[in-house]
Parts: sequence; C-alpha cells; structure tokens
Amino acid sequence: MSDTIVSIRNVTKAFPGGVTAVDNVSIDIEQNEFFALLGPSGCGKTTLLRMISGLETPTGGQIIIGGEDMAYTPPNKRPTNMVFQSYAVFPHMTVEQNVGYGLKVTGVASDEIRRRVGEALEMVKLTALATRKPDQMSGGQRQRVALARALVKRPKVLLLDEPLSALDAKLRDDMRMELTRLQETVGITFIIVTHDQDEALSMASRIAVMDRGAVQQVATPAELYEQPKTRFVADFIGKVNLIEARVHRQIGRKVDCELKGVGRMELVSDNLVGAQVSVAVRPEKLKIASSEPTAAIRVQGKVRDVAYYGDTSHVVIEAADGLNLSVNVQNDTRLGGSGVERGQSIWVYWAPEDSIVLTE
Amino acid sequence: MAAQLKPGQGPLDYGSRTWLKVLFAAIFFVLYAPIITLVAFSFNTDKRGVVWRGFTLDNYTKAWNNASLIEALTNSLVIALIATVFATVLGALTALLMWRFRFPFKGAYEGFMALPIVIPEICMGVALLLFFVNSGMMGLFVALPWPLNLGNIIFAHVTFCFPFVAVVVRSRLVGFNRQLEEASKDLGASEWQTFWSIIVPYMKPGLIAGALLAFTLSLDDFVITFFTSGPETVTFPVKVYSLVRRGVSPEINAASTVLIVITVIATVLAMKLQAPPKADKV
Repeated sequence: MSDTIVSIRNVTKAFPGGVTAVDNVSIDIEQNEFFALLGPSGCGKTTLLRMISGLETPTGGQIIIGGEDMAYTPPNKRPTNMVFQSYAVFPHMTVEQNVGYGLKVTGVASDEIRRRVGEALEMVKLTALATRKPDQMSGGQRQRVALARALVKRPKVLLLDEPLSALDAKLRDDMRMELTRLQETVGITFIIVTHDQDEALSMASRIAVMDRGAVQQVATPAELYEQPKTRFVADFIGKVNLIEARVHRQIGRKVDCELKGVGRMELVSDNLVGAQVSVAVRPEKLKIASSEPTAAIRVQGKVRDVAYYGDTSHVVIEAADGLNLSVNVQNDTRLGGSGVERGQSIWVYWAPEDSIVLTE
Repeated sequence: MAAQLKPGQGPLDYGSRTWLKVLFAAIFFVLYAPIITLVAFSFNTDKRGVVWRGFTLDNYTKAWNNASLIEALTNSLVIALIATVFATVLGALTALLMWRFRFPFKGAYEGFMALPIVIPEICMGVALLLFFVNSGMMGLFVALPWPLNLGNIIFAHVTFCFPFVAVVVRSRLVGFNRQLEEASKDLGASEWQTFWSIIVPYMKPGLIAGALLAFTLSLDDFVITFFTSGPETVTFPVKVYSLVRRGVSPEINAASTVLIVITVIATVLAMKLQAPPKADKV
C-alpha cells in the first residue's frame, strides 16, 4: 500500500557503563502513519525517538528516513522535527519568533516566514496570541507553540515525546483529538512516544510495544488488545487474567491443555507451543452466573472483592488452586447493580475463542 | 480554643516589635551615618569641612576643575570599562566551559578558578607586583603612552574580576533547559546559531549582572591597584587616599559622592538582573 518513510534496521544504543537502552530494534513506519512507541519507563522508547531525530546516535544499525540512511546525520540536517516533553519553547522569544525560528536559521526569506508562521499559528489556533511571550501562556498553549514550530518546517516526520503527559485530564482529551485532527490535515507521519496505553490505543494507527530495549510486538491497537503475542503485551495493554496451563499434546492448530484451577480443554493456538503456556482472557470477556452454566469453559468460585466504577463493577473471584479471576460486569440496569456480593458462591464462564494461548 | 493573637504578636511577627525596630534603626545608623555625612558635607560651604555653614555646589565645580582628580577619575573609569569587557568575556567563557564540558580535574580547576575571590587582596597585590616586575611587564607598560600605560592595572583587575563574572554566569546557566538547545538544533540551527540565538540570550541577565559587578569591583579597588600601578599612573581611590593624608577637603567629599552614586546604580542594576525571573516555569 503506502511507502515506508522511516525504516529502523537492527538499531542498538549502548550507553557507556553497560546500559543497552535499545537492543537490535527493527521497525518500518509508513507514510502518513500515526505511529506510537509504547512501553513502561526505561524501555528505550524515548532513546529510540531521539535517535530518529538525531539528538542521539545509535551504536549500531541503520535509520533510513525518506530512503536515505541518516543514522549519523546531525539533527539540523534531518527532515524530522520534534515536540519536546517540556515543550522547550524559547522563553526570550514571542510566539511568532518561536514559530519562525526554524525558518529563519535556515535562511528562508522574511515574507515567506511571515506567511508560513501565519498559517501555522492558524492551524493550532494561536493567531490571537502571536505577540505573547511564553511566560504569559498556559501549558496547553505553549504546547501548541511547540507543535506549530515543528509543523511550520514541513518535516517528513513529526516526533512527539510524551506530548500529553504534562497536561491535565480535560486538556489531555482535547489535545488528543486535536493531534489526530492535525495529523489528518497535514498528512505528515507522526511518531509519538508514550507510556500511557489509552493514549496510544486511541490515537495511533499502529503501535510498537517495547520492553527493556526490545520491541515486543508491532500491531494495530485492536490486534494488540485482542491478539497479544507475549505475556508482557497482554499484561501491559489493558487488564488481563493470565492462567497457567500445561500442554498435553498438540492436534493440528489446537492444543489439548490443562488450565490450572479450571480444567482440561482444547484451545486454538497459531504458535508452536511448549509444555508450559499461559492462557489470557480479558476481564470483559468473562461472564458470571449464579447457577451452573452450560458453556464449555466454566469454573466455580467465591466472590472475594467487588469494586464499583459506575458503569462497570470489577469483581474478583477466587476459584480452586489459588486461581483469581477478574471479571468486568456491566451495570446495565439502574437498580440491578452488579448483582453480586462479597463471599457469594458464583460461576464464571467464557467462550473458548476468547482465550489467547501465550508461549512467551 | 486558643486565645486570639493581636496582629504583631504572632511568633513570626518580629518586625512589629519595638525593641527590634530600635535595634534595626541603630544598626542602620551605624552603617549609613558615615556615608550620609560624607554626602551631606559635599554640599558644605566651610573650607575645612568640619562645621556645617551652608549649602553649595561649589565643591562639585572645584572637583570638576581639579585636573589631577579628573585625570584619576578618567583613569579609573577607563580601567574599569576595559577590565569589565575582558573579565566578562573571559568569565562567561569559563562559566560555559564549566557548565558544558566534562574533563579531567574539573573539580580542581573549578576550585582554583575561584581562588582570586578568596585570596586576601594584599596577597594578590604583592603577587601581581612581583609577577609584573619579574616578567618585565611593569617596565614595558609604564613606558607606553596613555591609555596603554594602564595595561598592568587592567591586567590585574581582569585577574580578580573574572571569577566573579564566572560564578554569576555559571549559576544562571544551571537553570538552563537543555531541551532548548536540542530544540534549536532540531529546528535546523547550527551549533554557532544555537549559541548566539538561544544560549547567549539566556545568559544575558547573568552577563550584565557579572559585568556590573566587575565594573564596581574594578572602579573602587585600592589595594591591588596601589601595588600594580606605575609611579606616574594614579587611579581615583589612590588619588583620594593621597589627598586625605593632607587633610579632608569637601572636594573629596564631592568626588566620592559621585563614585558612590555610580557604584550604587551599578549594584542595584546587577541585583535586579540577578534576581530569578518571576514564574519561571520553563
């Protein structure tokens, strides 16, 4: 379909002192994508972003931007621009001067600077504040300055380092929609770094989940959620019940396995599996019943905890063999509530196809 | 419920207690009475300058017409200006070096750099005198025409002024957000452009404060100047000293008042610029 704009090939970054922040990472990012690098703090996602921008040089591998290997090109010679976590708006310049800075230093004619700065400010709705200084602006406004300042350069790739982390909840939602809108309008590839799974899931077209310097999985948000490849991804994206299981044998694309605390069953698995696997089930895929259901997978337990969240209740059920299952119950009638109480004996069941067999 | 406290009785309301107010007044009197007297008597009509006889500006005119006093003042100002320029550039570069780079023995170097601040002035004076005499610089400079014959004094002043500039600029740079520098390069600026359009503007308050500090220090320095000046060159503080030995005249009062005013203005400006900016969230 579309062309690759950024191709990261076997990139490694080892810092002096023995810390390998990024370990042999390969990702292809396509034109016009809204791509997210997601992971816990210290997973190497920011280092990877900084290597794409040129602020950090890799100790191995290639970073191909627009068909050219730029792994060792300085940041001022790259077609990428960055929105920094601290915004890094120049405090001694007005909004206009800030936005025009990148054009001025590269020798763009002054009337063209004026025109493009005007356009950029309009795009982020800051035209009225053009002559303000950054210390007279709110965090959200400063972020828009940082955005306009990067976009005015018409980069091939816009890099955003935790762009929403410093904003309050309400502003964060607005900015999230704004970023998606901007990305669609300008048609530039966005690469965003975030530790917030909701941010990544709701904005990105594709996500790379990173852990300890390595990429765990690159997929669309829905794929990551419903078909995680590893225990780490299943656990990091959303909530999950991980049930240990022992494999007896493999029959074609199915495995005959014994789930701890649940029982023996056959589950679909694409992977060639080992003897010991984990079965992941999302809490909202579990159902509860007060009498024994007819479903293939069912387990009886005691309600240990009920946490009320308004729209849903999170119920923790303790079954045999120390197995704890989290179930999300929709509170879909006003007077019914979740219908369960602590200490109550209850049945939990789910469809076999909602089970994900994980080997690593 | 606890008894209500009247305003001024709270544990931290020291400022409104009478005994403390009296103490403050006494301290300020001891500190400033001599200076106020000096300034007041610069407007006195009495020749001997001991008894107040009436208001006049004659002393200022006389001081202005006293060629040797004016020569000394000109020397002092020229020395202070040139020394300030060199001390500021040198101090700023030192501060940048300390802030930006890592190198072996950095800590030791940082300590040695601040030495001129703590060394007793008399030792600095003697050391510089010996240096100038033994290196032959003294004889070299003294033979040159004005203002080059001030070279050794300027040299000495730069030596003790630049560490002050370095300390002030360095403390300013501590608050610099390195992402500003990265953002500048990311937006296409070279190292040089980044230095001049991002780092220098950020250092500016520190540079001005440091420069004013250096200027005041140089302007009223007596000890080091006394040791390092040639026989023919006289600076303002040295001149005042030699005049006072022959008795205080209101002329000196007038000239000193001018010096005080210059120094106070420079110091106030320096303090203003050194104060942390309000609501500096960047």
